[in-house]
Amino acid sequence: MSPFPQPLASVAAPLLQDNVDTDIIIPSREMRFTGRTGLADGLFAPWRYSDADNRTPNPDFVLNQPAHRHAAILLGGANFGCGSSREHAVWALGEWGFRAVLAESIAPIFMSNCLRNGILAAPLPRPVLEALASQQVRIDLAAQTVQAGGRTYSFAIDAEAKEMLMHGLDAIDLTLQQSSEIARWTCQDRQERPWVYLGQVR
Amino acid sequence: MPRSLFAKIWDRHIVARNPGGADIIAIDRVFLHERTGAAALRRMAEQGRSVRDPARVFAVMDHIVDTRPGRGDGTLMPGGEGFITQTREAALAAGINLIDVNDRDQGIVHVISPELGVVLPGLTLVAPDSHTCTQGAFGALAWGIGSSEAEHAMVTGTLRLSRPKTMRVTFTGALAAGVTAKDMALALIARHGSGGGTGHAVEFAGDAVSALDVEGRQTLCNMATEFSAMTALIAPDEQTFAYLSGRGHAPASFEEPYWSTLHTDHGALFDEELTFAAAEVEPMVSWGTSPSQAVPVTGVVPHGPARAHEYIGLAAGQPIAGVPLDAAFIGSCTNARITDLRRAARLLRGRRIAPSIRKALVVPGSSQVRRQAEAEGLHTVFEAAGFEWRMSGCSLCFYAGGEGFAQGSRTISSTNRNFEGRQGLGVRTHIASPETVAASAVAGVIADPRELAR
Ligand code: SF4
Repeated sequence: MSPFPQPLASVAAPLLQDNVDTDIIIPSREMRFTGRTGLADGLFAPWRYSDADNRTPNPDFVLNQPAHRHAAILLGGANFGCGSSREHAVWALGEWGFRAVLAESIAPIFMSNCLRNGILAAPLPRPVLEALASQQVRIDLAAQTVQAGGRTYSFAIDAEAKEMLMHGLDAIDLTLQQSSEIARWTCQDRQERPWVYLGQVR
Repeated sequence: MPRSLFAKIWDRHIVARNPGGADIIAIDRVFLHERTGAAALRRMAEQGRSVRDPARVFAVMDHIVDTRPGRGDGTLMPGGEGFITQTREAALAAGINLIDVNDRDQGIVHVISPELGVVLPGLTLVAPDSHTCTQGAFGALAWGIGSSEAEHAMVTGTLRLSRPKTMRVTFTGALAAGVTAKDMALALIARHGSGGGTGHAVEFAGDAVSALDVEGRQTLCNMATEFSAMTALIAPDEQTFAYLSGRGHAPASFEEPYWSTLHTDHGALFDEELTFAAAEVEPMVSWGTSPSQAVPVTGVVPHGPARAHEYIGLAAGQPIAGVPLDAAFIGSCTNARITDLRRAARLLRGRRIAPSIRKALVVPGSSQVRRQAEAEGLHTVFEAAGFEWRMSGCSLCFYAGGEGFAQGSRTISSTNRNFEGRQGLGVRTHIASPETVAASAVAGVIADPRELAR
């Protein structure tokens, strides 16, 4: 995973509606293969295309407007990314080129999916999001700030998530460094809760 | 110090605490399904990693399997067969438990997990599926994750997590006749919003919750994700232990003292507490495109976001009862267990669905549920009423391409999500209890099930 750009500078594409769910971000019917690629074409398909079957673009949709076509920052409303846990929503956003999702609130599974894929997901108050809409925005992850139009706003992020984004760390590699602790814990647990440990796969 | 059930389970599973704030939490069970599981298994293999303890990882085919009798790997979803065959190959290669399309235990992941004794009180269980919280009904800490987290859990036997906050939702008193766990869930989300539980592990408690059977408890916990909660759980009691004893992977008995510690201590503190008088809950039905947009079936459509009114085609001020319907669906991990089917069948016995209902399906939550329902003759009740009787799976709980309700049609559905396009292109979904679905299908319009029950 590539480290988060320091800073990330981009226009911010506003999609300031509440309850944008993962079915809208990538509809189930657009998940045609079991892999994690080839998904950008289906990103926001219900809204991006006026006819999804023959891919006729809907000129009103924010990502179809020339000013936002290359945005790396997406702005959302409350409860962004709710619904299905499908990580395909995040893979599709990443493949399109997004590195950050700033929204009034973010659904928990979606948020951790973002972080596991090098995408910053952070909550900001509505008035700040409105001020960022369609602006040139600069995100400084180390300082936890967002700048636009001469103003600076701060955002909160979990310390470990920040560390992992900054350095492009893989969570599995990180945890495997503690393999011996895990093994020790499991050995003890086996004695105490034998019913957790199942026999051979049938 | 008095502790909550959540705290007891969480603390029991802490393998290490890291300076960054995240705990490394042991994961006791992982459940996969073919829609998201193959991605996790394949990527794991590509990275040269393997499953730490395959005996504790399960995969089932439920999401896109065909639900018409005589099914094989073929599915109506374009490209769907690849998900099934690749999940099978990857599961066999990884050496995990596989419950295949035509296995006698096949069914929707969250329905079969307790049937097979995979979920147990006090365990941690994760699945790359947002409704994993359903299984919290058995006093487990069970929650939905993404594919990368599933890979992490399988490879390391743990997850890195920040401790969530806790919330207790107490339903006091008793439910009125004809009101169900589904109505409790919808009433809670309608009152406190679809973000009401954000960041919290929610414990459901109170007399009205204890009075629910294990199936009603699953229905209530199922919709915690629609409340944005990390998960929900209910303390196990005699009923829970009796249900699980001797099932598949479960212990034969729950007499060891450990099991009786699994409850919230008197005086334990929660970050947030909500209280709800159960007697105030009425049969609920959603009017909009978020589960929080729900009203009592006796109510009127309120003022909501313009987009929701436009999509659903209903104006503020209009009574929700009497809205004409085109389709009906009884199924999903919310409401397709045997008691759900019995209650719906009771209303349908000797009746027919209205001629305006062009598609009506009953899809049992599991193959076990299907066999039980057939043994009781429920399938003949549904078929005589005009419903199709299907094989188990997720079916039209969600639209994957392939089979759907007709474009723009209006459906009454026992599922958990009424999002735009959830059941097909332009399909307008009203979510409600199985009783309300049955009564509405008979009336051809959204209807109060209590009237038919009289
Ligand atoms: S029945 Fe519906 S909500 Fe439940 S797991 Fe299947 S698709 Fe998801």
